[in-house]
Amino acid sequence: MGQVSMSNARSYDLAEFPPPSGREEVWRFAPRAALKPLLEDAPSDGRLRWETTLSEDVTLTQITSEQARERAASAPVDRISALAAKHADGARLLDIQADASHPEPIVLDLVGVGREPVTWGQVLIDVGAGAKATVVLRFSGAAQYAGNLSVVVGDNASLELVSVQNWSDDSVHAGHFATRIGRDARLRSVLVTLGGEAVRLVQTVDYDGPGGDADIRGLFFADAGQRFEHRSFVDHSQPHCRSNVVFKGALQGERARSVWVGDVLIRANAVGTQTYEINRNLLLDDGPRADSVPNLEILTGDVAGAGHASATGRFDEEQVFYLRSRGISEEEARRLVVLGFFADVLDGIDVPMIRAEVMRAVEAELGYRREVQ
Amino acid sequence: MTELKIHELHVEVESDGGPKEILRGVNLTVVSGQTHAIMGPNGSGKSTLAYALAGHPAYRITGGSVTMDGEDVLDMSVDERARAGLFLAMQYPVEVPGVSVSNFLRTSVTAVRGEAPPLRSWLKEMRSAMADLNVDSSFAERSVNEGFSGGERKRHEILQMGLLNPKFAVLDETDSGLDVDALKVVSEGVNRVRAGGEVGVVLITHTTRLLRQIPVEFVHVMWQGRIVAEGGPELADEIEANGYEQFIGAGVAG
Repeated sequence: MGQVSMSNARSYDLAEFPPPSGREEVWRFAPRAALKPLLEDAPSDGRLRWETTLSEDVTLTQITSEQARERAASAPVDRISALAAKHADGARLLDIQADASHPEPIVLDLVGVGREPVTWGQVLIDVGAGAKATVVLRFSGAAQYAGNLSVVVGDNASLELVSVQNWSDDSVHAGHFATRIGRDARLRSVLVTLGGEAVRLVQTVDYDGPGGDADIRGLFFADAGQRFEHRSFVDHSQPHCRSNVVFKGALQGERARSVWVGDVLIRANAVGTQTYEINRNLLLDDGPRADSVPNLEILTGDVAGAGHASATGRFDEEQVFYLRSRGISEEEARRLVVLGFFADVLDGIDVPMIRAEVMRAVEAELGYRREVQ
Repeated sequence: MTELKIHELHVEVESDGGPKEILRGVNLTVVSGQTHAIMGPNGSGKSTLAYALAGHPAYRITGGSVTMDGEDVLDMSVDERARAGLFLAMQYPVEVPGVSVSNFLRTSVTAVRGEAPPLRSWLKEMRSAMADLNVDSSFAERSVNEGFSGGERKRHEILQMGLLNPKFAVLDETDSGLDVDALKVVSEGVNRVRAGGEVGVVLITHTTRLLRQIPVEFVHVMWQGRIVAEGGPELADEIEANGYEQFIGAGVAG
């Protein structure tokens, strides 16, 4: 149990976030060479292409940077997110009206149209009180993208959110995924990172009132040369809230690299908090390296439950042997084992189409070719 | 009629002190429809024989042959052996988290039969096979062997045996960890498959407990990696009464 590393200031003031040297706790694992263009204070007119068809009762609007500040779940957490807020030229806002119910998932496709120039971006999702919705973001194409995603879940509202990062191999994506959960509200977020040269996402979870429930999941699959970093910081500042953080990663190939840092802070007033976080990584060969750092800091004597776990292990050949001894080919056996490893994250993806898409993407990472039946 | 022939099989494993020979020339022939028991004290090499037949990578074949109707089994990969009709019910079935029993069984049956069974008839077949083994229907949605009790694991193994309908089944200590009722259910499961008259069964056990439920025609006693005595079912009674000492000399408990 260690002190959380991410509880420092959040701010729009760039002066708070000087360029990192790499010695800072929050940057020591980061792929700084790949991130360099996203750390430079320079405007750009690069934009992602939005390919989205929305139903009539969903509004997607452009708002100003000032409006974005007022409505964002959190101020930036680091230099990249502060730069994105500064240079993004406003934000796209997905507004879900109070008490609205969207049984169909709202799917937003954001496509990178090239590495140059750098792209700054901001997306805000605002779920009104009592509303219920499922939102899917799919990032693809080629880009060097610094983007902030802000999610505010109003009182008694419920949001299922899936964000799939499936960029081209030469893409870089970094940013702040800020979430704020209202009184008795519920958020389930699933980050799926599959493609890109380097992806670094910092998720913050804040509570606006008691009874909030955050189910924070993540899945990543890093190939040779890919560097994926996921950080989550759950700030329990309200009583009787819950958080459950599950991140699972598979890695294969030379210099495949992943970092997971999970910070949970339970403040003195956050009595009755229930929290658990776990990261498990599966190394499919000798090439990769996975770092895993859970930090749990408890400042109250009255918690309902708090725990964390972290494990990085080699692929279990005994499982493959067992499946093969039942006639299942080696390729199929490995596919089953890896998809099984990801099962508790995949189960959190409520949209069958997206879940199937992610499973196919994982199969493709394994080099699995589905037989036509 | 099919014949599984093990000839002068030598197998070694890696140990701290370098390669260690466990099987030192095993000879055994099983014909379809027959049921054999291989008995012997712990450490005599029984499980090594089972794993070597299944093709576990930790067991290195250093001599001899295994053929099924003349086909070289040792030349086949693990999954090829299973598709050729060889089945090993494991003493310690492996947990595969996140893979449901129903998904596993259907994938396995599809591989062994060479085509996916139609969904409707498959569900019926699976449910009926589960009911035969007193397995609750919720079993299908659980992860393979994860959190299973000893009895559930063994039932799951025999469930697979019934669905895969192998030519030869090797049952490694299937009676271990079973209470009287579970032993009865599992034995009935094995006997149902045997009743087809086509499967050749090898029961590996160190006690005679299972043999009271599953009648065998041939008993082989293994000691120090070799078959040291062979006979009919009376040999098992002999072991029951007098232990293994008679076959292997003094100083070994029965």
